[in-house]
Amino acid sequence: MATVVQRPKLSLLERTYFPAILGGLWITIKHFTQMALGRTKVTMQYPEQKWDSAMPEWYRGAPTLVKDEHGRERCVACQLCEFICPPRAITIKPGELPGKSVWAKVEKFPDKFDIDMIRCIYCGLCEEVCPEQAIFLRKDYSITGLTRAEMVHDKAKLYELGGVMDGLVHKWNEKK
Amino acid sequence: MPSLDFFLQPEIFLVWTSVLKTSVVLGIVLTMVAYSVWAERKVSAFIQDRVGPNRVGWAGLIQPIADGLKLLLKENFVPAGVNKFYFSIAPSLAMVPAILVLGVLPFGSTLFGVPMVIADLNVGVLWVFAVSSLGVYGIVLAGWASNSKYPFLGGIRSSSQMISYELALGLSVVPVFMITSTLNLGQIVQYQIDHGWMVFPAWFAKGPGPLEFSTESGAIFGMSLEKTLLWIPMMISFVVFMIAMFAETNRVPFDLPEAEQELIGGYHTEYSSMRFALFFLGEYAAMIAGAGVIVTLFLGGWSLPFVPDGSHGWFWGLVNIGTFFAKIAAIIFFFLWVRWTLPRFRFDQLMKLGWYVFFEVALVNIFITAGILAYLKS
Repeated sequence: MATVVQRPKLSLLERTYFPAILGGLWITIKHFTQMALGRTKVTMQYPEQKWDSAMPEWYRGAPTLVKDEHGRERCVACQLCEFICPPRAITIKPGELPGKSVWAKVEKFPDKFDIDMIRCIYCGLCEEVCPEQAIFLRKDYSITGLTRAEMVHDKAKLYELGGVMDGLVHKWNEKK
Repeated sequence: MPSLDFFLQPEIFLVWTSVLKTSVVLGIVLTMVAYSVWAERKVSAFIQDRVGPNRVGWAGLIQPIADGLKLLLKENFVPAGVNKFYFSIAPSLAMVPAILVLGVLPFGSTLFGVPMVIADLNVGVLWVFAVSSLGVYGIVLAGWASNSKYPFLGGIRSSSQMISYELALGLSVVPVFMITSTLNLGQIVQYQIDHGWMVFPAWFAKGPGPLEFSTESGAIFGMSLEKTLLWIPMMISFVVFMIAMFAETNRVPFDLPEAEQELIGGYHTEYSSMRFALFFLGEYAAMIAGAGVIVTLFLGGWSLPFVPDGSHGWFWGLVNIGTFFAKIAAIIFFFLWVRWTLPRFRFDQLMKLGWYVFFEVALVNIFITAGILAYLKS
């Protein structure tokens, strides 16, 4: 059923438009002067100001590889992250650790570890699936490059972004 | 080698001073055009609680140059199926009339004894109306030559808009001429120096009232009966003229030919590069010229109370010129302010306003003025 909305009855003054126009002009000039006096809160001016300091610890930025405080690369090239990665951004080529290495009992290490940042969707599944606490999503969010090749993070780049992480479980110590 | 005397011969003197004045005014106005685009963006931003352009130069002050460069470097694309001749002259037709209007505006008193007006026409105001109306041809031609539906609608809107506001525009200034009994813009300004500005008659002025047969005398400041009575029709004239000027310059709330939301930019939809820039330039130049006419007719032109004119030295001559352009800037700010406040009028609302309201108001205002003048005379 159709509803009839009664039009409001306007007085003669209101029908001249002037009260409404002046009211509108008053509102806009208030905004103008508040802004001109610097009292209006405005958007963050992005490249100069950033959220970085206010970013939470659990921020899911770019995936990175980390080393522990012994300087050992945590990744054992189990390739679980490669398999779980939904957009298949990760490519790992495992290598074998030489027998004379201190960590020889780990047996495997990633010879090549590439993450294609054009494909990465920052879902964090690689971090969750990793049994070695080797891959972490850190706070880098502004990943840019001029070529597609530049957007593929290789092992060196991943360790550079990841750095050293303290307080991880050391399951490859001599005692264990 | 011609001596100094050669340049001081009256005819030669007129030629080179006119050329100099023309180029300086053109320079000032084109700079103002560029910066009113900047001001438009900045004012709109401030009104909407944004920051506005702030990347190119301090507070975005070099932005107009960047914009101009961008437009210069873009491809000047001509769509297939347009009428090439009209398509290419339309932008100039939109631009030139606005510039021509500036020729008769007295933009200062005198500088080194040279009157600061390019052409001191006795029919100054008629020239303004005759020329500024031609600006519509640019828009209509652009709309028609583009061979595309949105520009076409814009062109049609523009022509019907013109016939609804031009009458009110012309009639609303008639009372000004009745009071000043001259069409010469310089003399209208001189009148306002002597008797107070048209919209602020209480301003400090030399004479008591507008009429020579005035019985009061000696009043330097304040209102007289004459001034108070004539103030009423002047305010009506001012408001009607101002609103008609909004329509003349295609500004919101009467920017129907452009109407970005409905007509995708209206008459300049098919234009790109410098041709588009010319439309833009023409629009803002028309705004500046229109503001100049308003200032000259109603706001005392280049005059400011207590400020002597150019005959007291070149410094005051420059101050007068600065005053004129400052007043224009104030009017332009008002234009921008209104643009970012009001919604667009509907097509029929504009026609209705023009024909049913402003035409009648302007016409009645002439009779009111005539009555008041007759009463004061008796």
